[in-house]
Amino acid sequence: MSAVLTPRTDSPEAPAASVDTTSAWSRWANDHRKWLFAAPAMAFVAVLIIFPVAWTGYLSLTDAEGSVRAESEFIGFQNYLDVLTDTDRFWPAVWRTVLFTGVVLFFEVILGMAIALLLWRPFRGEKWVRVAILLPLVATPVAVGMMWRLIFDPNIGMANQLLGWIGIGPQPWLAGQHSALPTTMFIDIWQWTPMVVLILLAGLTSLSDEPQEAARIDGASSWQRFRHVTLPLLMPTVIVAVLLRGIDALKTFDILYATKGRGGGSFHEVETLNVYAYGLSFDYNDYGVSSTVLIIFFLIIIGVMWALTYRKKGLGR
Amino acid sequence: MRRRPIIGTSLAVVVAMSLAACGGDGGGEDSKTVRVTLVNHVWTENIKKVLPEFEKQSGLTVEVTQLGEDQLSDQYNVKLNAGSDDLDVMMYRPLQEGKLFAKNKYLADLSERVKSDSAFEIGDFQAGPMQATTYEDNIVGLPIITEQEVLYYRKDLLTKSGFTAPPKTLDELKAQAAKIEADNPGVAGFVARTGKAAAVTQFSSFLFSFGGDFVDASGKATVNTEQAKQAYAYYGGLLRDHGPENISTDMSWSEAMAIFTQGKAAFYTEANSLYKNATDPTKSKVVDSVGFAAFPAGPAGSKPYNIPSWALGVNDSSENKDNAWKFIQWAAGKEQALAQQTAGVPGARTSVWANPASTATLPKDLAEANTVSTANGVGHDRPLVVKVAQAREIVGQPIVDAITGKDAASSADTANAAFQKFLDDEAK
Repeated sequence: MSAVLTPRTDSPEAPAASVDTTSAWSRWANDHRKWLFAAPAMAFVAVLIIFPVAWTGYLSLTDAEGSVRAESEFIGFQNYLDVLTDTDRFWPAVWRTVLFTGVVLFFEVILGMAIALLLWRPFRGEKWVRVAILLPLVATPVAVGMMWRLIFDPNIGMANQLLGWIGIGPQPWLAGQHSALPTTMFIDIWQWTPMVVLILLAGLTSLSDEPQEAARIDGASSWQRFRHVTLPLLMPTVIVAVLLRGIDALKTFDILYATKGRGGGSFHEVETLNVYAYGLSFDYNDYGVSSTVLIIFFLIIIGVMWALTYRKKGLGR
Repeated sequence: MRRRPIIGTSLAVVVAMSLAACGGDGGGEDSKTVRVTLVNHVWTENIKKVLPEFEKQSGLTVEVTQLGEDQLSDQYNVKLNAGSDDLDVMMYRPLQEGKLFAKNKYLADLSERVKSDSAFEIGDFQAGPMQATTYEDNIVGLPIITEQEVLYYRKDLLTKSGFTAPPKTLDELKAQAAKIEADNPGVAGFVARTGKAAAVTQFSSFLFSFGGDFVDASGKATVNTEQAKQAYAYYGGLLRDHGPENISTDMSWSEAMAIFTQGKAAFYTEANSLYKNATDPTKSKVVDSVGFAAFPAGPAGSKPYNIPSWALGVNDSSENKDNAWKFIQWAAGKEQALAQQTAGVPGARTSVWANPASTATLPKDLAEANTVSTANGVGHDRPLVVKVAQAREIVGQPIVDAITGKDAASSADTANAAFQKFLDDEAK
């Protein structure tokens, strides 16, 4: 190595000669090292993101079923036509996905904001309260689903026993055709509100005290300070929380699967787009149609992400 | 300052290290391991206890992956679709996935190996189960567990209500369930699976006993015949009128069994292979009072299913087929079949059924019920199609409609039209 790095003094041509001994490949690699170092990351994106999406897109244009290795026929946009005109499973699943996302987001942000405001100022036992609030967040969603499934069992579950002690009759909870979706929403809110608390609390603690002080000196009430000072300053953080939770809520699968099983229940009462696509793949082995649903779902998520990011940029100006 | 030409060298090292990491035991023909994927089942627990014996006599190491039924099915879907060779022996459901797997050529043809091994004695397997593991004249699996539907009941509740024997007919079942329910507030007369797809297999015995079936001899859908409509109305009505108070339409065997074993139901129709859940003191509160009886007779007699519920097959992409076959030879062999049946898991070998020792450890009434069910049994408990999960959802819809009080007959008509379309599509 020293022979390469140390300039030879016996001849002014020596340094050039030492470079000539280096292979053309090494010189090329040296010249393009910024690309070479980025290559693993680019390969990662290509293999784990671009290829699966492209492959799913291709499958959505075929009648692949049974096995993805079996021969399938290119059928153009027939699957898209079938799926978009399916009012039996697809559109109800879209509606449930939107409803689920909207309701849980609304409650998680409202509750998250309320809890974050309560935790904002120091108080005795603050650490314990924070730990207790964050506990649901660290549990695995499938385990959470199984736990609530037991609690909400209409015959031997704890929820109906507790209601019985205070004189309220048993409720169907997850078992009811119309109560199952609200019950799964409750479970999602229980598990994920702490995440919103965490994000909003980080936003609140980073706010400057001066505007609050000024408003207080001007005689603003607590509500007025929240409405006209805290909330506008916190808005970019709120949008981040909505963005993160919104995308997550759109994709919710594990809680629904763990509580209602395949198909989202006997009447598909909690079947969202994700659950529907899973059933098409793993129960029906209908890979063409399943891929179509996933591509449409992918486009919906991209659209929502774009809309929320656009809104965040607007607020940031 | 000149750039140091180190990038090319670094990349070469990384590539070399990556290639070196690709070595190791890939489970090829010279492998000393066999990778076995099994479902959570009493059979699996029994076989795991004696695996060291097999490892000692064969010199192989067995790597067991044990999963729940749904997870097992999902893993097969992913791995077999990808052509993965890291599954050697697969425990699978011949009636649920058998046709799909065989059609997709996921299961290796074991015909030559089976026929060339006289000690294995393929002729000893019952014809029905063997038919379910044979595809286009090729043996693609060996049945290891059979199931028959029987009636679980509470002896103490029957006695309290003045009944001296369990019901012999479906009419008696309804009458006894109603009387016991009236005599014991908080206890349901009857419980069974209610989930749309999950209930289909247990409902099948009711369907057969009413004289119906899912498909007729010419392959036409028959879930809206008069017999089928009566069966749907009976099963759904029994659960609606005499089932648990807050009945759901999502119960699989685990939920229904929990209600029965917690002492909250008098009668329960279920697979006999699950009987230990009711007789194990750690799982059941009704150990001392549980009784078993043959499936009650309907207008067409007592016709419970008698099916091969699980089989062992070899992944066609495995490069370790010789070792996989050695494992199956042992696990599905006569000796293990007898040991399993003696431990309460019904098998598919005729010689084992003929041996009184194989049922000596079973509760006496369960052994009698098994004998009756095996004699009268029908060889399937779900439509025999490729996309079984989809078919179960279609023919299961009238069950949940009947439970929730909708018109079962009209639902059966709708289901029949959908099922016929499904059959036509699959035949294309």
